[in-house]
Amino acid sequence: MPALVALGDSPLAGRSWSAGRLASSLTRDPLFAAAACTLLLVALAALFAPWLAPFDPDRPIDMAARALPPSAQHWFGTDTLNRDLLSRILFGARISLAVSLLSVAVAMLMGTAWGAIAGYAGGWIDALLMRVVDAGLAIPRILLLLSIVSLWGTLTMPAIIVVLGFTGWFGASRLVRDGVRASKERDYAVAARASGATPFRVLVRHVLPHALTPMLVAATLGVGHVVVIEAGLSFLGYGVAPPAATWGTLIRDGRENVATAWWLSVFPGLALAITVLAINVLGDRLRTALGGRQLPAP
Amino acid sequence: MASIVLKRVAQGLLIVWLTTTITFFLIHAAPGEPFASLLEDPRLTDEMRAATRARYGLDRPVTEQYVRYLRAVSTGDFGDSFIHHRPVVAILGDAVPRTMLLMATALVIGFAAGIALGALQGARAGSWFDRLTGSTAVLLAALPDFWLALLVVMLFAGTWLPVSGFSTPTLPASAPMMTRTLDVLRHLILPAGTLALLIAAMVSRFQRAALIDILPSAWLRTARAKGVATRSVVFRHALRNAFLPIITLGGLAVPALLGGAVFVEATFNWQGMGSLAVQAVGDHDYPVVLAVVLLSSAFVVLGAALADVAQAAADPRQRRA
Repeated sequence: MPALVALGDSPLAGRSWSAGRLASSLTRDPLFAAAACTLLLVALAALFAPWLAPFDPDRPIDMAARALPPSAQHWFGTDTLNRDLLSRILFGARISLAVSLLSVAVAMLMGTAWGAIAGYAGGWIDALLMRVVDAGLAIPRILLLLSIVSLWGTLTMPAIIVVLGFTGWFGASRLVRDGVRASKERDYAVAARASGATPFRVLVRHVLPHALTPMLVAATLGVGHVVVIEAGLSFLGYGVAPPAATWGTLIRDGRENVATAWWLSVFPGLALAITVLAINVLGDRLRTALGGRQLPAP
Repeated sequence: MASIVLKRVAQGLLIVWLTTTITFFLIHAAPGEPFASLLEDPRLTDEMRAATRARYGLDRPVTEQYVRYLRAVSTGDFGDSFIHHRPVVAILGDAVPRTMLLMATALVIGFAAGIALGALQGARAGSWFDRLTGSTAVLLAALPDFWLALLVVMLFAGTWLPVSGFSTPTLPASAPMMTRTLDVLRHLILPAGTLALLIAAMVSRFQRAALIDILPSAWLRTARAKGVATRSVVFRHALRNAFLPIITLGGLAVPALLGGAVFVEATFNWQGMGSLAVQAVGDHDYPVVLAVVLLSSAFVVLGAALADVAQAAADPRQRRA
């Protein structure tokens, strides 16, 4: 339920925006700055995992290193297969973040295309396309995902990106559709049509750019959402195939040893929670800065 | 009013039909087939494989299977589970009431706590109480539900509150009704509490925002000017009007709730719809998966419709629409 939260009142509320003013006002917001720094650190950790990780994430250290609690040598302890947890979390960040970012990109592309066609065409095409969106929104996403993976067995990373993308575009398409409908009869669009531009050109060059601002917020919050969904899928045992570890699979490993080794579920979960919190703050501040309440949460 | 209801029902049925269709074809578009693990058994002859496929109609073209499925579902027949060899309806009959019990308990507690907390926060916006509880709620709402559930399991494992299952397996069926009910309630506390905590976090944010939106209105200023006490202004006048967005939220939160229930059920081994779905996915038992998806989307549609009706009931202005 993370994306449904509103975070207090931002000092940025209620101004019209331009890119420059947006940047300068956001940097003056301490909460935004903290969230952005956190995300930067997480991204750097993921990017430089091979250099930062003190041990090989997939290789057992030695026979004596089984499920050790946190210590000076192993900051986050070791797991039941004698592997260093900190290293596994660092490498897990790579997969978790890459999968999330790419699948949100897929979802945004699909949502934009679908919503743009529906909004621009109008009439029965719009009605038909939007009913499909209603249906998509009526299935809890995790159940839709589960029903898809029910026949796939283990998923490769590209497959999981596609599957996550294909189940995440419904909300975005509605945003784009509403935006396109609002701007397609405006003067600039009418003028472009009158001067002989093809419908495709009018849509892509003149109408869509105005409809895409809300997508910035939707995409940001979407990444926060999909990080959790991906982790949840892995937690249930249907995510990226082992031995590659995502934060979700790490928490799943921790669950099996919840009574004996608390660190195995606590640390990966903390990494996940901190990242999601930072993304939510970022998305929420962006939303307030870009014009407040008319932008719904995805 | 009657025509609105009729239109809503038609819309709802359309959406449920679409979700069934989407899910059906998604499942069939996936590589692999049901029974893959079973049919690969080298001891089976090709005839036996063909017979198994034919028994479940899997040798037919997908479109024919789809039409058959729709026809069967419209008569209330969801087929037989591939694994349990029982009608899916009977399996759902066990699981759905448990999920309903869990969700209803969590909803009531979560909404009551969330509304109360949000109202207190909104009435004293900016106070240390508002800041403290507010940031806690934001933090809670960002926590992945399955991880929160896991932390609860970790905290309470070994105490008198059971962290797993729906009832004590050693309790004989012949035990008195009262004992068995209490046993189920004891098992309910932690999963329902976890879900309620997440709901309360979400609801309180909305309640707070709704109250803050409404407090500066002219009619409230009038009430205050006429000498009505602050407490009464907030709780008698403002809260009633700030209720509308919360009602809508309740109806629209059903998908998020069902999603959350999947994880909470899986973590606490609560044998409801969510656990059933997770298990069925592992077993490639897709009549069960399909039925759960269909039923969940029906719940979602119903939730949205109930939110509309409740809105109309609470706000006289909408009745004429």
